[in-house]
Amino acid sequence: MISIQGQGASAGVICGPLYLFRRAPAPIAVDVAEDPGAEWARFKAAQTRASAQLEALAQRALERAGQEAADLFLTHQLLAEDLDLEDSVQRMIRLDGMNAEAAVDATSRHFMQFFLEMEDPYMRARAADVQDVGRRLLNILAGRVEAQLDLEFPVVLVSDDLAPSETIQLDKSKILAFVTEAGSITSHTAILARTMGIPAVVAAEGILHPQYEGQEVFVDGETGEVFLNADEPTRAALLAKRETQQRLALLLHDLKGKPNETLDGRMVQVACNISGPEDLPAVKANEGNGIGLLRSELLYLQTASCPTEEEQFCFYRNILEQMEGKLVVIRTLDIGADKQVDYLQLPAEENPALGMRAVRLCLTRPDLFRVQLRALYRASACGRMAILLPMIVSPWEFEACRDLCCEVQAELAAEGIPFDKNVPLGVMIETPAAAMMSEELAQLADFFSVGTNDLTQYTLACDRQSGVLDRFYDPHHPAVLRMIHRAADSIHRYGKWIGICGELAGDQQLTELFLAMGIDELSVSPNQVLPLRGTIRSIDTRLNRERLLDELGL
Amino acid sequence: MKQFTYTITDPIGLHARPAGFLLRKAKAYQSTILVQAPNGRTANALKLMALMGMGAKVNEELVFTVEGEDEEKAAAELAAYLPEIL
Repeated sequence: MISIQGQGASAGVICGPLYLFRRAPAPIAVDVAEDPGAEWARFKAAQTRASAQLEALAQRALERAGQEAADLFLTHQLLAEDLDLEDSVQRMIRLDGMNAEAAVDATSRHFMQFFLEMEDPYMRARAADVQDVGRRLLNILAGRVEAQLDLEFPVVLVSDDLAPSETIQLDKSKILAFVTEAGSITSHTAILARTMGIPAVVAAEGILHPQYEGQEVFVDGETGEVFLNADEPTRAALLAKRETQQRLALLLHDLKGKPNETLDGRMVQVACNISGPEDLPAVKANEGNGIGLLRSELLYLQTASCPTEEEQFCFYRNILEQMEGKLVVIRTLDIGADKQVDYLQLPAEENPALGMRAVRLCLTRPDLFRVQLRALYRASACGRMAILLPMIVSPWEFEACRDLCCEVQAELAAEGIPFDKNVPLGVMIETPAAAMMSEELAQLADFFSVGTNDLTQYTLACDRQSGVLDRFYDPHHPAVLRMIHRAADSIHRYGKWIGICGELAGDQQLTELFLAMGIDELSVSPNQVLPLRGTIRSIDTRLNRERLLDELGL
Repeated sequence: MKQFTYTITDPIGLHARPAGFLLRKAKAYQSTILVQAPNGRTANALKLMALMGMGAKVNEELVFTVEGEDEEKAAAELAAYLPEIL
């Protein structure tokens, strides 16, 4: 048995024949062309061919994947026909004596560079499109067929990584799973796999071996394991796991399209916690009602320097647009404590969890906060957004943040930049202070969200990172649950809404209690939406309400 | 020569999609259509990469210069078409 450990990118177990997706590398012979006229004619022919191919692909994409996918190919078509690209190729052929291949290669590199140097991240990403078009032209010149999957039976597709245009061209009914040697869990292939709901493993080093072609392979997209020639015990274990998953999938399938409604007719919002746009296909597939928590710090953690206003704006806008008018709650920068970045050069603290984190940092460094607020308000014009402030313990902190928001709004208005004037401003309940002050805070903020991980850690004085405190770190502790109950009561008294976005939101042992408290929204990771829906639909909130709240005691 | 201005309302600015629509529209006329962004960059409306490369953003004002036999018609139709795409 050969086992390869990759990174699980889309859960599920599957078994099938391994198929190597070959993409012929485009070798460039930088020949001195004998006849520039003939080279130019070759280029023109290749260009016409590419244009026709792309038009056909756009048509196919429109039928199978929708307008957005079709637009990608129409843009590629215009790129292939671009007059500047043509001029550059012509110059290189006529003046530098290059052959068509060399001229196309040098030209597409030149224009890739041009896009890579642009300021806007959207424009920088267009370099990949130029590269894609360049490769197509080179393939045509070399007489190669674009890599395609023409198979009679379904396979486990193995490749280094797939370009966007390649994944659209694949006949998806013939793919059981993806395994890529390169890539990450946020790469295009991984996202596609999650959207399609098929298993995927990325970073599976050593999988691209010609000898493996056609062999039976087991893929576990959860653990990231790939097995060739699986032995009997492994095979039995994986098949059993597959059966369990299928049974669960069937159960969840039944819940699709149904409302999150209790037996007595109460509707509950079930939204999703996400870190970036790569999670959105899963939100849609699992029917999340919206985004209950977008952790904006990922933007800051991924980069070597502070993300610019433009970068942040593009990031938020992309998510808001994709959510098509559903509410997206964006939490402002929550750096500090267990999440540190070097470039902010924060002084080391004795006790970072009780230190300069989240809103405290933002109010101490308004320069930093302003950039994020400007980006957020600019993006607010592109969808339905709410802003959530982390680690508020005093009303004055909320007021200081609100003042900054007003200043930023006034700035944007003066510059004529559109924004939503009614973006709700909310507060995280994640400290005992916020829970005890909920009465005062409820008169200020528009909505609330309970961060149960921090609330547990601060209420119980238990470091959540510590491995030895497990039996003391008890999120079901009455002290934690009473905090939530108290906050919910005062918040509802002022007609505001309260959600839970921490781990506990998905804890089905507590769902009935949360509904008894009147919690309005539960925000969980996308794969928990449907199981939670199942629980909600089995609860009658009239039955045990009094008893549950009595037991909690307050 | 005809000249008119248009202020971009698309939040992403002059990106691939509207640039493509503009180019296809511009092809229908004899006239040369030049587009200038506030940063001084100018592009021929028949050149996709040049249009995108201007880096024109939302709320920026583009200056369109149309010159040729059908400039009257081209400028009028283009000015009417832009709000649909950009």
